[in-house]
Formats: sequence, C-alpha cells, structure tokens
Amino acid sequence: MGINGKSYIVGIYEHPCRVALDKTLPQLHAEIAKGALADAGLSKDDVDGYFCAGDAPGLGPINMIEYMGLNNVRHMDSTETGGSSYIVHVNHAAQAIAAGHCNVALITLAGRPVADAKEGKPVRYYNQQAPDFPFEMPYGPNVTNMYAMCAMRHMYEYGTTSEQLAWIKVAASHHAQYNEHARLRDVVTVEDVVNSPMIADPLHRLDCCVITDGGGGIVMVSPEVAKSLKRTRVKVLGAGEAPKHLAAGQVDLTYSGARWSGPKAFAEAGVTTADIKYASIYDSFTITVLETLEDLGFCKKGEGGKFVSDGNLISGVGKLPFNTDGGGLCNNHPGNRGGMTKVLEAVRQVRGEAHPKVQVRNCDIALAHGTGGLLGSRMGSATVILGNEDA
Amino acid sequence: MSTDQKNKINLVVNSESKPYWEGAAKGQLLIRTCNACGKAHYYPRTICPHCFSEDTAFVEASGSGVIYSYSVTRQAKPPYVIAYVKLDEGVSMLTNIVDCEIDKISIGQKVKVKFNKAEDGYALPVFTSA
Ligand SMILES: [Zn+2]
Repeated sequence: MGINGKSYIVGIYEHPCRVALDKTLPQLHAEIAKGALADAGLSKDDVDGYFCAGDAPGLGPINMIEYMGLNNVRHMDSTETGGSSYIVHVNHAAQAIAAGHCNVALITLAGRPVADAKEGKPVRYYNQQAPDFPFEMPYGPNVTNMYAMCAMRHMYEYGTTSEQLAWIKVAASHHAQYNEHARLRDVVTVEDVVNSPMIADPLHRLDCCVITDGGGGIVMVSPEVAKSLKRTRVKVLGAGEAPKHLAAGQVDLTYSGARWSGPKAFAEAGVTTADIKYASIYDSFTITVLETLEDLGFCKKGEGGKFVSDGNLISGVGKLPFNTDGGGLCNNHPGNRGGMTKVLEAVRQVRGEAHPKVQVRNCDIALAHGTGGLLGSRMGSATVILGNEDA
Repeated sequence: MSTDQKNKINLVVNSESKPYWEGAAKGQLLIRTCNACGKAHYYPRTICPHCFSEDTAFVEASGSGVIYSYSVTRQAKPPYVIAYVKLDEGVSMLTNIVDCEIDKISIGQKVKVKFNKAEDGYALPVFTSA
C-alpha cells in the first residue's frame, strides 16, 4: 500500500532547551508531546498511535503512554535505528494511518546527554551481546573515529578535501545565526573549521555536531482529521528506509544506505532531486552530509566536495538550501539523535514558517534524511519527502 | 582505549569468539569460512552470513593485508590508530595499526598481523607495517 497523500504532518515542536539539568527524561517527552499537540490544535485524548525509539526509557511506548496518560492508543511502534529512527517513524506512521491502524500519530524524541554527563551518569551504553562487540570494541572505535574513516577513504578515492567538508559547517553556521535557540550562533569560515583542533583525522572539532539536551515531536493525522484542523498541513509524499552493514567483511565506507532509502522515497513521491526546494540532511559530521547528498543523487558519487563548496548549501545563495535551522552542526542534536530536528525544519520550510532570513521561496517540496548508527559501516538510513497541499 | 596501553586488554569470550582468541594466543589470525559456499566472512559467525549454512570453520589467514582506511584518535593519551585492514583473503576487519610512525600511515599501505597480549592468556590481533 502506498503512502503518498494519505497522511499529513499537522503539529511539530522543538524543545527550546539545550541543557536540561532541571528536567527528567520522561518530563521532556511529555513537554514535547504537549507542544506538538498544541501546535496541531489537538489534545492528548485524540492520540491513537504512539511512536518512540530507544531514547524513551523503560519499555518505551508502554512507560511513556502511562506517564503521559495517553488513554486511547491502539497502535504502537518503537522501531530503533539510532538517530534516523524518527524519520522511520514518519514512514511507519504514514503506513499505519493509510492502513487505518490509527488517525492521530504522535512521535516523540527526548534526551539529556549534557545533563547526564554533568550528573556523572554513564555516557553511553553498548550492548555487550551485540555480535560485533567482542571483535570491535577492543580497538577503541568511537563515533568520531568511525566517521573519520569514511572521510579518509572518501578523500583517498575522490580527492575530497578538508576545505570542501568545512563548507558544510560554514553553511550551517550561516543559518544558525538567525536561530535564537541554536547552540552555536557564530558564523564560521572555512579557515575556522580547518584550523580547529583535530579530533580524529581528518575530522576537526568544527566538523562535528553539537551535543545537546531537549528533543522534538511530530503529530501526523489522516486527511480527514487534517481537513478539520486550522493548521497549515504538510503532506507526506513518499518515504524510504534501508539498513546498511559490513556485508560479512566487504567494507565500503564511501556510501550510505541513502543509496537505497532515497530512490524509494523519490519513486513514491513521484519527484526527482530537481523538484526538492529544501533538504534537511543528517549532519552528525560534515562527511555525513557529503556522502548522503551523493547517495540521494543531488550530485554524482565523488563530486560531493565540489557540490557543497562556495556556499551551495546556504539559503538564498546556493542551489540546495540545507539545514536552515543550523542543523546538528550548529543548532541542536538532542540526545545525540538528529533525525527528529531534520523533519521539523523541513515542515517549517513547507509551511513557510522558517526564519525569514532562511525561508526558501515557494518551498512546495522538501526532503528530510536521517542517518542512524555509523555512516558507511553499520547503519540505518531513512528518507522522507514532504509537500504542501498542492504538491 | 589503546592497544599501546600498558594494562592488559579484557576480551569478551563467548562460544563464538573463544576459538578466535585462542588462535590469536597461538599466533594465528583466524577467519571463518563456509564449506557449503566456499566464502570467507568477518567477524566470525557459526551460521554463514552468505548462504546460512551451519557448515563453517575457522581457518588460518595469511596475516597480510592492506589498510583500507584509518584514523588517528588525537585526543587519546597516547593517540591511537584505528583502521579497517583488508586481508589478502578478501575480508576486511576493524583493528589498530601499532608500532608505526603515526603520521606516515597511509591507505593502501601493506601491513602484517601481530598479537598483543590480553587477559587470561588470550591475545588480540593488531597490525603493523609489512
Ligand atoms: Zn556459506
């Protein structure tokens, strides 16, 4: 069953906090749910579908449904693909609404890694029973050095440079200056990025995203419910999701699962890259954006460096405005999971409610893409294409 | 976490990993191959990820390969090199490059296995310049 036109995003909320010392994790989820439902003009009793990922404590949906008092839920989904989970959830909610399993779907993400660290709580839990764990953990892999190896190989195969990667941060910073909630609001230059301290070769500190607390939420509804609401509705046109893994040892770090999730989403939406006026691209690191843009077909494989250079991703300047909220690189990466905020800014753009300095004119079709896990190696990719009522 | 560190390495020993660590302790780099489809895979599994056959076995690899990609974790004390090494047998493995001048490491460089001592008499395969 296709999903094109069968559901709408009618409510969004991005928690304004970036450090949540005074809030519990469930509380953040509930504040976000309240904010997203208020934006839609709906109440908690309207919610009959609930979606959350591994950031939700306890048994995920069970504990959160109880805590929030969601008494009418008849459809639950706790698909966990890391930071891309929430874009997968948009896809699954669209499928569930199209199939009649629910009419009002609520998706929430919350996290407090900054507060947890300040409180001395364990930074990251990794399941020792994961099959890869015994053979990989002794070598000291972490998020940064694993993404760095993708960048290193991309540079080797295609001649991509640190300066080209830096342009991605530069573009994000140009947008973040207008976002009062952004964690980093200073505009940076290519020189600032390449002269920032090396974290894991070839990634510098400014090639990395921010670490923040907070989160976000989405309310999706059936066309019938959407028509009964006053809010500008954003149509879900198409979506795709794909795992990518190490393929029994046939390692290729130069591409991501976007190679498969993208075409599915484009086919279902019936559009091409030329129709996309705005793109939210997962930006845990600059290299994440570069490989994803190639894999989605915005440029040829290997030409991402050239594509992102000279401000091509800056709204009002380049051909493909991206992450106009400042993205994970500058604005917000709540709970180390950036998929949610990617959808939120794409919705703002289609609604025409992005900051006036970064709003894309006539933004009838937008794309949001998520990367979960480790780029190129063991990951979950998810793409969604959104449009206005006429799209 | 660095393999250059003085403290011995604690490995996760379970029924699928134990023979691998025992091999390493004897100076052997083991990879798992499948007698049904003839293909090798990494990391080692009981059931072949290519054809789902249970007829798999450890065989000794040559211990030679080339660096597919690498990164230096600069913030660690001391900095360490993580890498994917593509073995001559065709599979790639996550590992560390050790006993090398860090700034002279390159993709495509030939490397050979060596073994770092771990707790309980086991050893961890790492790589150095061939
Ligand atoms: Zn087989």
